Amino acid sequence: MVSQLTRNERQLALVILSALALCGLAMAAIGRDDLIGGHGAFILLASLGMGFVVTSGYYHAEPSDERLAHYYDDPSKVGIVLAMIWVVFGLFIGDWVAWLLVYPEMTFDGGWASFGRLRPIHTTAVIFGFGGNALIATSFHVLQRTSRARLPDQLSPWFVLLGYNLFCLLAVTGYSMGLTQSKEYAEPEWYADIWLVIVWVTYFVLYLRTLARRKEPHIYVANWYYMAFILVVAVLHIVNNLAVPVSIAHAKSYSLFSGVQDAMTQWWYGHNAVAFFLTAGFLGMMYYYLPKKAGRPIFSYRMSIISFWGITFMYMWAGSHHLHYTALPQWVQTLGVTFSVMLLVPSWASAGNALLTLNGAWHKVRDDATLRFMMVAAIFYGLSTFEGSFMAIRPVNALSHYTDWTVGHVHAGALGWVALITFGSFYSVVPWLWKRERMYSAKLVELHFWLALAGTIIYVFAMWNSGIIQGLMWRTYNDSGTLAYSFVDSLIAMRPYYIARAIGGLLFLIGAAVGFYNIWMTARGALEESPTNADRPAAVPVAARTIEAGE
Amino acid sequence: MALGERDPHTGHMTTGHEWNGITELNTPVPRPVYFFLAATFTFAVIYWVLMPAWPLWSTYTKGLLGASDRNALTESLQQAAAAREVWTKRIESEDYATVQADPGLMQSVRDSGRTLFTDNCAVCHGGKATGGPGYPNLTGASWLWGGSPEMVAETLRVGINSGHPEARTSQMLAFGRDQMLSRADVENVTTYVQSLSKPAMSKNADTKSPAAGTKAFETNCISCHGENGKGNPELGAPDLTDHFWIYGGDRQSIYTSIFNGRQGFMPSWEDRLSPLERKILTLYVLDLGPGPK
Repeated sequence: MVSQLTRNERQLALVILSALALCGLAMAAIGRDDLIGGHGAFILLASLGMGFVVTSGYYHAEPSDERLAHYYDDPSKVGIVLAMIWVVFGLFIGDWVAWLLVYPEMTFDGGWASFGRLRPIHTTAVIFGFGGNALIATSFHVLQRTSRARLPDQLSPWFVLLGYNLFCLLAVTGYSMGLTQSKEYAEPEWYADIWLVIVWVTYFVLYLRTLARRKEPHIYVANWYYMAFILVVAVLHIVNNLAVPVSIAHAKSYSLFSGVQDAMTQWWYGHNAVAFFLTAGFLGMMYYYLPKKAGRPIFSYRMSIISFWGITFMYMWAGSHHLHYTALPQWVQTLGVTFSVMLLVPSWASAGNALLTLNGAWHKVRDDATLRFMMVAAIFYGLSTFEGSFMAIRPVNALSHYTDWTVGHVHAGALGWVALITFGSFYSVVPWLWKRERMYSAKLVELHFWLALAGTIIYVFAMWNSGIIQGLMWRTYNDSGTLAYSFVDSLIAMRPYYIARAIGGLLFLIGAAVGFYNIWMTARGALEESPTNADRPAAVPVAARTIEAGE
Repeated sequence: MALGERDPHTGHMTTGHEWNGITELNTPVPRPVYFFLAATFTFAVIYWVLMPAWPLWSTYTKGLLGASDRNALTESLQQAAAAREVWTKRIESEDYATVQADPGLMQSVRDSGRTLFTDNCAVCHGGKATGGPGYPNLTGASWLWGGSPEMVAETLRVGINSGHPEARTSQMLAFGRDQMLSRADVENVTTYVQSLSKPAMSKNADTKSPAAGTKAFETNCISCHGENGKGNPELGAPDLTDHFWIYGGDRQSIYTSIFNGRQGFMPSWEDRLSPLERKILTLYVLDLGPGPK
């Protein structure tokens, strides 16, 4: 890694790491009586460790100009491996909390093992650790290919990738110590938030710099989505995390907003995190890897335009549907309902565009689990956007809100759409990046596909049942006109579904672990000999082989 | 690819751009997309016209239907309360005995009391009100502070050692830890207390005769638990001769109670539940058990 940096970049890296180490030292010293001190020490050690790596490679020969003739893919490779580490970790914690809901006493009498601390570790690890690393890794790959331009330098992609992972580590270690600002999906405290802003702005600038150097006259759809993802997430993150720390020596901070304004800001953030992190970014991924793998043109450029602008414009208004029947004024709720409903058609246009692109390549979907991952992802994308618009309608929300239906909906999107499109993209890009003929084992890709699909379906059906039963129990009145069920009654009724959910999650986790192994083996260069290979009549001439590589 | 090409599979032209092998077709947007876009937009516009929707400078568009969540909620709460008044008024005004004798009213007590109980009381007393270590069984006949409806209602209102100004307060002293009794005496009193509820104990003297504890019991315990160990509801002192044990009736538990003392806690529900709800709960828990002896 260091040998790929120019001398100037090595110097700059050392300057950045020294500044970071000083910040860590200051935090550790000033905040020694607070949990922020521990994080300061962590930052200090991390930057010293990286500093050591850079210093030890400092006098290596500089990379030749020959490097500029190749795309710069090493950050993408590392990003993919990091994403797979995060997903296995995050799904493990997720399944743990799923079992914790079945056996609530399983907390070992420790605060760190309570649901309230483990749950954000799960969500952060899968959304930001897995999703974020996958987006950064694939965006670098797609950006360079569709622009026919190399990343402008070697340092900033590493800064973005490793800096982002530092943020994720600060987040999850913070939760286990009890550090949170109690905003869902925005739990990390102020110093971690500031660090993410620095990293994220660098990411955006890096994206723009590469795009400005593109050799293609037009910017491809995938890049519209990646750009929307980076830009809007920056805006969301900055606004929702505006807060005043108790003091520079304390991790605790207070939000700039209070009451219903705080709730509205949080759900404007929360819903658009779904929109621009979990939707736009992954649509960017889909728009590149799906047509590439299918070998088909995108079904309709015009539909891409409608869906892109529909999604980017409408999503911004939809957040208030998270606050139906609350202190939020009714007119804001109305806007939330209507924009959520209007959002449906642009969303379905994206899903439809993806599925119709597969026309003429359905035989590949049948034979190739990689493409099937992406096809099923598009279906789940369509299902969960329909479900989302449906649940945003107030009378439906009256039943679904605060129940497991919401949890089921989120996982239909997160497992069925986000994770499946990512796995499909990874299985496409890994052989291309590591210059392998194919994945280590096609059978393991197939196995992963079925484990992931089965896990998702079990999970989602369990939560639909549980959520609707729960919602109905909470609103059932007896003949005397009082509530028929207590909260505990509904918990008892949910228990079988919680067990089913935990099993579904376990299948998904096993699938991801299989995927990690397969990717690891592919990266190491191994190829599993399938018995049919040895049984072939004659080798297919090299020239006749379809070249799938993204080169 | 400067000019578009025809895609052999669909027959549509491409847009003429190409990115790393990816092309796009110039397929017209299918009609249903426009239709459903129009449908959802129409839905939205109609919704905006009918309901509160768009912010103005200091107010908002109220909508033709004049709908208001706040009014709708108040109204439906009033309606629900009015529907319940058929029986709630009677429970509020009539005395306990009259309600207990009315099967229709008691059905409403069981309907509403069960939910009230499981939402508020079950955390300590258990879903079936059978209690657990440290928390009394409410289905038995043994009441620390008296089992009449009035007494139970009062316990619910003020709580036990709750900090409420009129709270019921009681404490079992730590006779062993605070060295009011020697370890041997605690052992002896334990045996004696055990024998009160298990007369068989006095015959087979496995350790010592229960009589050895009598003296210590008389000097230290009877002020609260009474000469015969029957307890005193005025002080919240439990009956030691029955089979109901809050902290366990085995030798070790009794020993621990005497050695380290005990102090129970029950919150005051005066600020949390309405008089009607407390009355329903009183009737409900009394209905669970055989009633006071």
